[in-house]
Amino acid sequence: MTFQIIWFILWGILWAVYFMLDGFVLGAGMLHRFLGRNDVERRVIINTFGPVWDGNEVWLVTAGGATFAAFPTTYALMFSYLYTALLLLLFALIVRGVCFEFRGKLEGDRWKGLWDSAIMVSSFLPALLFGVAFGNIFQGLPMDAAGYHGSFLSLLNPFGLLTGALFVLLFLVHGSLYLTVKTEGELSARALAAANRFWPVLLIVAAVFLVAASPATRLDDNYLSFPLLLVVPLFAVASLVMIRISTARGKLLTAFAASCCTIVLVVATGLVGLFPSLIPSVIDPIYNLTIYNSSSSEYTLKIMTAVALVFVPIVIAYKIWVYRVFRAKITLQDVMEDEHSY
Amino acid sequence: MDVVALSRLQFAVTSMFHFIFVPLTLGLSIMVAIMETRYVRTGNELYLAMAKFWGKLFLINFALGVVTGITLEFQFGMNWAEYSRYVGDIFGAPLAIVATLAFFLESVFIGVWIFGWNKVSKKMHAVAIWIVALASNLSALWILLANGWMQHPVGFVLRNGRAEMVDFMAMITNPYGLLKFAHTVVSGYVVAAFFVLGISSWHLLRNSRPDFFKVSFRMGAVFGLLSIFLVLLTGDFHAVEVAKTQPAKFAAMESVWETKAGAGMNLLTIPDPAQERNAVEAVTIPKLLSYLAYHQPDAEVKGLKEFPKEDRPPVLPVFLSFRAMVGMGFFMTLLTFLAVFVSWRGTVEKHTLLLRILLYSIPVPYIANQLGWIVAEVGRQPWIVYGVLKTSDAVSTSISVAQVTGSLIGFTLLYGLLGFVDIFLLVKYARKGPDGDLSALIQAARKEV
Repeated sequence: MTFQIIWFILWGILWAVYFMLDGFVLGAGMLHRFLGRNDVERRVIINTFGPVWDGNEVWLVTAGGATFAAFPTTYALMFSYLYTALLLLLFALIVRGVCFEFRGKLEGDRWKGLWDSAIMVSSFLPALLFGVAFGNIFQGLPMDAAGYHGSFLSLLNPFGLLTGALFVLLFLVHGSLYLTVKTEGELSARALAAANRFWPVLLIVAAVFLVAASPATRLDDNYLSFPLLLVVPLFAVASLVMIRISTARGKLLTAFAASCCTIVLVVATGLVGLFPSLIPSVIDPIYNLTIYNSSSSEYTLKIMTAVALVFVPIVIAYKIWVYRVFRAKITLQDVMEDEHSY
Repeated sequence: MDVVALSRLQFAVTSMFHFIFVPLTLGLSIMVAIMETRYVRTGNELYLAMAKFWGKLFLINFALGVVTGITLEFQFGMNWAEYSRYVGDIFGAPLAIVATLAFFLESVFIGVWIFGWNKVSKKMHAVAIWIVALASNLSALWILLANGWMQHPVGFVLRNGRAEMVDFMAMITNPYGLLKFAHTVVSGYVVAAFFVLGISSWHLLRNSRPDFFKVSFRMGAVFGLLSIFLVLLTGDFHAVEVAKTQPAKFAAMESVWETKAGAGMNLLTIPDPAQERNAVEAVTIPKLLSYLAYHQPDAEVKGLKEFPKEDRPPVLPVFLSFRAMVGMGFFMTLLTFLAVFVSWRGTVEKHTLLLRILLYSIPVPYIANQLGWIVAEVGRQPWIVYGVLKTSDAVSTSISVAQVTGSLIGFTLLYGLLGFVDIFLLVKYARKGPDGDLSALIQAARKEV
């Protein structure tokens, strides 16, 4: 049935766009204590994503809602099997959201220092947990007809942690590049230096991930059957390399764009290999949760497709408008003069 | 406690906490939008100062409403996997739609409103807060259509071992959901009105910025009176719908044990659930209950004994919550009426007793809102989807008592802490009052109002 394939693609797009957009907020959040050397600089960093972070996080809510509506069985089992991991993720996202609002509401170094630390931890944790979760989804979960046989600790296996490290580094590079293009002067230079420092580490981890994925997962099945699909990981590697070429040439906006592409293509690389599974079973492929055995009825998928086709373009249109309204770089002067900034 | 009880408690804690912040968002967004529109139309900066002052409080409140919402979406899968699997085909759709239609709008334009003062035109800035107000009310519509479906499931068939959607239009025109939406959002407007009235009263009692807060007070009073009137009206229609579709819940709300035509309403009732009767029934108004339930004085009202014991909701919490909610509704009607009256007479600051009562009444609509949810959700028990799926069959099978105990403790501590900080900041900024000297502006505003 074609609607199940359409929803697999939409599902993948929602996750990819979420990681592309929240990725730079998470990355900038992890770094803001280190790149911002004083209160004003830290405020500049928060204000670079101030107008957009909330809208970016809604892609996650939509991805969750789409999983529920299109693949309810996968939603039910994925969320209950990964209970503790999702709980930590929720706590981190909740804390991160209020940090931005609360931080500037009182003066005092201890108050602000507290929220600065909270921003760092609550940005790092989701990056890591999303990576661990997707690493485990790529590998498959220990599940059969009787249910789930794993635990939170069993998620922290080598390949899960490797994918966690991959996500953290992707977001660190992405966030640094975002801050490079959205700030000026010394702060921007510091962010660029950070991006260049993280990039080789990312390259190594990405290479290890690609090598490890073959024995650790069954992602390569689809690629072996349809070698043409290898363009996806090839383009992912190409855009990863493009990041460093662009920063070396001083084309910073191109570097950020390449970083956006890298994240989307990394997600695509995983999902192309995963198809048509949503969560494989490591016990036996007959227990795989696929788009065919876990989807909603055709009627529901048709309604949801109509909703998505009408409203997602509208969302994208006003999001582009907002990014244009707030396209200017944030300066030290901006945050000191504007009473409304964070 | 078992996983079912713990998961129910956790859902209650997280959703009730979420609903401390949501009603104010629903109402205050509209009030701030009205203030800013007045500023754009008249050019009077008093209204700009009002939009900024109340807008700041709006944002402190808004932040917690947003972040605690994600928990609810995730919890359906985390704790209620069997529910999600069984009804996801129809229940998942409104949740995906609410994110696409409403949450994006709300989150994007709140960014424009907070950061856009110098980036977009005055008009566009006012439009931004209107979009936020519209989107948050629109999100309430889809969430309450989803909840309305759990209360009165329509547009589905049981097929392939689950409930499958066959009629999308039936779900989005479900009268239960629409009435619940109407009743819930106007209740939120009342929360906002009492918030504005109470804080204005605090300042008026201290004679701080009296002119600024007199204008705010008037707006809160009028907005409150209109809203509470709508609360009573929608509440009446909603009760009729409950009597029709959920007779066991209605019987528990009024603690009616025996089925009776032309049933009267007791102003004083003391239920005795153990004996399946009421220990005290006094001050009975003939035929009123039948009228309230069906808008016909001789209609038959079903008693709890019509239903097998295991299909009845717990009577006491439903009955007491409903009584207290209705009592608070009438109390708030009286208060808003008085507030409009003294505001119209122009003698607000002289009525210190009323001001003091209004200040301490800020929590009243909040409590009434929570009680309404207790009536709705406890009254639906033992069903999670009324008549279709029992709550005890809906819980995740893969989670343990230890896991849910841990998460419940975690949520309680985290929410407690964040709630404390949020209320602390709200009080601080509410006391601080508006920025800058406004006396000149206020003179000009006085001539207009």
